[in-house]
Amino acid sequence: MRGNAVTHELIAPGNLAAVLELLAAEPGVWTPIAGGTELMVAFAAGRLSAARLVSLWDIPDLRFVRETEESMVIGAGVTFLDLRRHTLLAAELPLLAKAARWIGSIANQGRATLGGNLVNGSPAADSSPALLAYDAEIELVSVRGSRRIAYRDFHTGYKRNALAADELLYAVHVPRRFARHRQYLRKVGTRRAMAISKVALAATALVENEAVSEIRLAAASLAAFPVRLYRTEDALLGQRLTRETIAAARSALLAEALPIDDIRSTAEYRRRVAANLLEEFLLEIAREATRP
Amino acid sequence: MSACRPTIHMTVNGEMRAVDAPPMKRLLDVLREDLHLTGTKEGCGEGECGSCSVRMNGELVNSCLIPVLQAERADIQTVEGLALNGKLHPLQEAFLQCGGAQCGICTPGMLMAAAQLIERNPHPGMAEIREGLAGNLCRCTGFMRIFESVIAGAAEASERAVEHAHDAR
Amino acid sequence: MSTTATTRIVGASVPRKEGVDKLIGRALYVDDMEREGMWFGATVRSTIPRGIIRSIQFDPRIDWSQFAIAAAADVPGKNHIQLIVADQPCLADGQVNHCDEAILLLAHPDRHKLREAVNAVRIEYDPLPAVLTIEESEKQDVIVLGEDNVIKSFLLEKGDVDSAWANAAHIVEGEYRTGAQEHLYIENNGMIAEWNGEGGITVWGSLQCPFYVHKTLRAVFDLPDDKVRVIQTETGGAFGGKEDFPSNLAAHAGLLAMKSGHVVKMVYDRMEDLAATTKRHPSRVRHRTALDRDGKLLAMEIDLATDGGAYSTLSSTVLSRATLHAAGPYVCPNIRIRSRAWATNNVPYGAFRGFGAPQAIFATERHMDEIAAAIGIDPVGLRRRNFLHDGEQNATEQVMREPVILDQLLDRALAESDYHGKRARFASENQVSPVRRGLGLAAFYHGSGFTGSGELYLNSLAGVDVTADSTVRVLVSNTEFGQGTNTILTQIAAEALGIDYEDVTMAPADTGVIPNSGPTVASRTSMVVGRLIERASLQLLEMLRSHAGLGVHYTSEDFFVACERYRAAHGEVRSLCHYEAPPGIFWDDTTYHGEAYPAYAWAIYVAQVAVDTVTYSAEVEEFWAVQEVGRVLHPVMAKGQIEGGVAQGIGYALYEKVILQNGHMANNQMTNYIMPTAEDVPPIHVHFEELPFRFGGFGAKGIGELPHDGPAPAILNAIRDATGVGFNRIPLLPEDIFAKLTARQPVEEPAVL
Repeated sequence: MRGNAVTHELIAPGNLAAVLELLAAEPGVWTPIAGGTELMVAFAAGRLSAARLVSLWDIPDLRFVRETEESMVIGAGVTFLDLRRHTLLAAELPLLAKAARWIGSIANQGRATLGGNLVNGSPAADSSPALLAYDAEIELVSVRGSRRIAYRDFHTGYKRNALAADELLYAVHVPRRFARHRQYLRKVGTRRAMAISKVALAATALVENEAVSEIRLAAASLAAFPVRLYRTEDALLGQRLTRETIAAARSALLAEALPIDDIRSTAEYRRRVAANLLEEFLLEIAREATRP
Repeated sequence: MSACRPTIHMTVNGEMRAVDAPPMKRLLDVLREDLHLTGTKEGCGEGECGSCSVRMNGELVNSCLIPVLQAERADIQTVEGLALNGKLHPLQEAFLQCGGAQCGICTPGMLMAAAQLIERNPHPGMAEIREGLAGNLCRCTGFMRIFESVIAGAAEASERAVEHAHDAR
Repeated sequence: MSTTATTRIVGASVPRKEGVDKLIGRALYVDDMEREGMWFGATVRSTIPRGIIRSIQFDPRIDWSQFAIAAAADVPGKNHIQLIVADQPCLADGQVNHCDEAILLLAHPDRHKLREAVNAVRIEYDPLPAVLTIEESEKQDVIVLGEDNVIKSFLLEKGDVDSAWANAAHIVEGEYRTGAQEHLYIENNGMIAEWNGEGGITVWGSLQCPFYVHKTLRAVFDLPDDKVRVIQTETGGAFGGKEDFPSNLAAHAGLLAMKSGHVVKMVYDRMEDLAATTKRHPSRVRHRTALDRDGKLLAMEIDLATDGGAYSTLSSTVLSRATLHAAGPYVCPNIRIRSRAWATNNVPYGAFRGFGAPQAIFATERHMDEIAAAIGIDPVGLRRRNFLHDGEQNATEQVMREPVILDQLLDRALAESDYHGKRARFASENQVSPVRRGLGLAAFYHGSGFTGSGELYLNSLAGVDVTADSTVRVLVSNTEFGQGTNTILTQIAAEALGIDYEDVTMAPADTGVIPNSGPTVASRTSMVVGRLIERASLQLLEMLRSHAGLGVHYTSEDFFVACERYRAAHGEVRSLCHYEAPPGIFWDDTTYHGEAYPAYAWAIYVAQVAVDTVTYSAEVEEFWAVQEVGRVLHPVMAKGQIEGGVAQGIGYALYEKVILQNGHMANNQMTNYIMPTAEDVPPIHVHFEELPFRFGGFGAKGIGELPHDGPAPAILNAIRDATGVGFNRIPLLPEDIFAKLTARQPVEEPAVL
């Protein structure tokens, strides 16, 4: 244990308005901490530079799941265990529920929040590929009001995002239009549980009249942050799923992916496995399309 | 009480406790150092090994990752609170019979995870047991005796619950 | 007495002696102990693998007057850890020889002030060229130890290897490598040290061998026997990782206690424990094997090299065991094994369950499958053709006087795993599935107890005594760290004395109380120490019969009454025995010939592995462990030992990689040193065949290390079966499988069917 508790300040105003006022009054000074599953690890390793922290835990305003006709709205303070236990959400957004099972252990799932996962912005973030494949939107709030951006525009670089200094990630809006889509999510880690992603692929696709009418592909650990694979999608849009088009999509992914070598895995492995995952998905939907 | 060392009020194993501690002090350290409940262990400090697992407001948590300020008004159960009135919890009995503990350092956390599991799911299958314990690393047993202990403990807990319900009538 | 007689307690799965305390959170591990006015200690460590310490500067922003500081110059006695060769400094003195070597110690009453202080010590080095691999050490361009970098070497020869090649129908070569492995006991290393008013020191800590620590403290502080006291606290796992290292930590805590005038506690956090303490020796083993037309072994030439790290520590004995296990459970008339432990500037490697045998056996059992493939015989047939049997000789020309039932074990393992049926099924399923399955096996033995004359040299003393409140105490220096020492030794005493299990307890693991019955290593506890306890118990009964009127038949009450009668006349009730070697043990240390071990445990392990061609991951789906370990003293605990060892072996094979960057462990956190979780371990089926060994405690042989020897080769043999490709290095990660499977395949081409 390398952290020293007395060198950090932590306050818990307990309501959203107070937190936003604090962030507006002293932008860049206060680091929000929700479940602590990232920041407390840094703290114990002696690597928590944030001297002043404000707790988001148990702010009911942030921990909600609502449904409108068009979307599921998930508060940033929702934990992964909340996601797993929400029957409607698990049914509407199976990829998100699936990702929630993979995040650490039960103990971590009960503390890790959706907002924390996104704001931490690891390229290996577990919930990101699913949210990208679902074309999610992020709602950001501050004393100045709220705004929404496409989640795909949220990450701007390695551990950099679109949040202004006085803003908080408030909610994720996920459109409820994927019931007929083919969906896929697979994570490749170092072991079956408690594993950081080496590579993960999420996909949603609509096949109509034997051709791909819609496709969204998203990956973890193939770039500096979780990304959509636009060029690979382009190679598939409007195409029938034949050996040739699948091979072309594979090549497009291999060209588009920019993974790195790191302590966990190698770039070559990541690229190749990502291509294999894509192929696994495409073969699955090709097989289903040809079933009578 | 001060802003630097607020008083945190928690219920721990059924008892009301008040502790003055820096808000970022880990719940794990508060339990061990301030409350002298050393049953909960530190194995990694990273939330990976689960030997610091306790139950907080009915959920399993890694206490090494919780700043004590966030435990204000929480209801905490540690391994010291498992046995009731001097009688071992069915899981503790089962671990004893089935060899679920070897060196014992992972055992408190493992018991908390197992207790959480069977409380929510009184008859867990192997896949659910494996998932429920995936966050608790044991280096000694290879997990087999632990799985058996959980199955036996769950069965016994179930029986006792039935008896209890009978007695209550 | 004993080995075949019916028993009430031995052979029953009685409750773990210290079990209840562990289950209710009352067991006291070192970090659970608090003392009034206790200070805390931390270590300043080297950041380079080799160099001269040019300067040490203390950043003035810290108030150093609040701290106690210890350096090499403060050591009152010898600045060396006392082991086989005392070359490891307690604190680096002018030069560092590995990353994370201890240089300075700091103590302070506030634990939380230490990290900042450690970071505020600035050390400047003049780096020296460092040697970081076996190959670099072998080149001998840079000498880092002695004259030639060789910590130890052995040459074991039998018959005439050189002339065997000419007559061979087949010659098969192979090279096999194993990586370092971390023990990953869930409780990190820790010690508390206290000086009393009369110039004596007491330490409490997480450790395996109290008298090893005692020996080092006597030397470091220049103290006589009775001024040093070592007490083991409840120990949260060890696996060999707390065999020698605790001596270092005890000396450190002792130095800080000396400098500060306070009780000092030093407990490592995970990052420090991973980076700075011992691990399993990496190895490189080369085989060259001659066989006749029918696949009978004619000659084995083996070159075995280990990386010992920067100091000798236990490398010579690890090398010894590796050498003596390298030829496998086979008959072979001509053998040459040349082995060397090489010094490098890595953190010194140490004891880890198996102690050289897992490395040697990985190579041999992988090589057997490569031989089978090369000469067109199936792996089972090849082994049967060459198994040792009763009366035959092994590599050191030891005649197998005890039964060797490898064929029987093999039959059972094949049946339990449905080896042939499954392999046939998988062969066809693999043609159409992206998941390829295979089965692999390993045949091996593990020598129980210290090698050759080691037990005689140890001259263990152990026994029992009886307290005035009617409790029998087992008096041993052998410790509990999960493997069941407390339970089996009290079982043995209770059984031999004819009293109840509840009447027997362990004397505290305190060098002030217990005799030296040797270290808790080498799978010797149940066999060697168990036998001593058995004999001492029978000796006590004799004493009570001769001097206290104990009858032929008696109750527990009669027994304790007799004890009191004895005490009244003699002052104490105590029975101790010295080690006695089984008859006919002859061992030549220079030629490495004779009875290498008094007894062997034998095993056949089978692994079923699935290799996913989409992700290149290999997972063990099911595992069968069939072994003969003499008498099984406690069925549940014995099973637990095998299962735990198999799980560690699975980690060794497929998950656990120590990533070194310039000699420093870069993945020194549990998030990136990967051991299998509850979701990763397969069902492990354990079967024992029991052949009681006359000279072991109630017929027991050693069991603790055996299960770590077999899994890795069985798993990699299964992967060869599944994919047709042989992998010869562990840990074998998906990235490695990927690299080899796709080496000759363009990346654009799909791997999936």
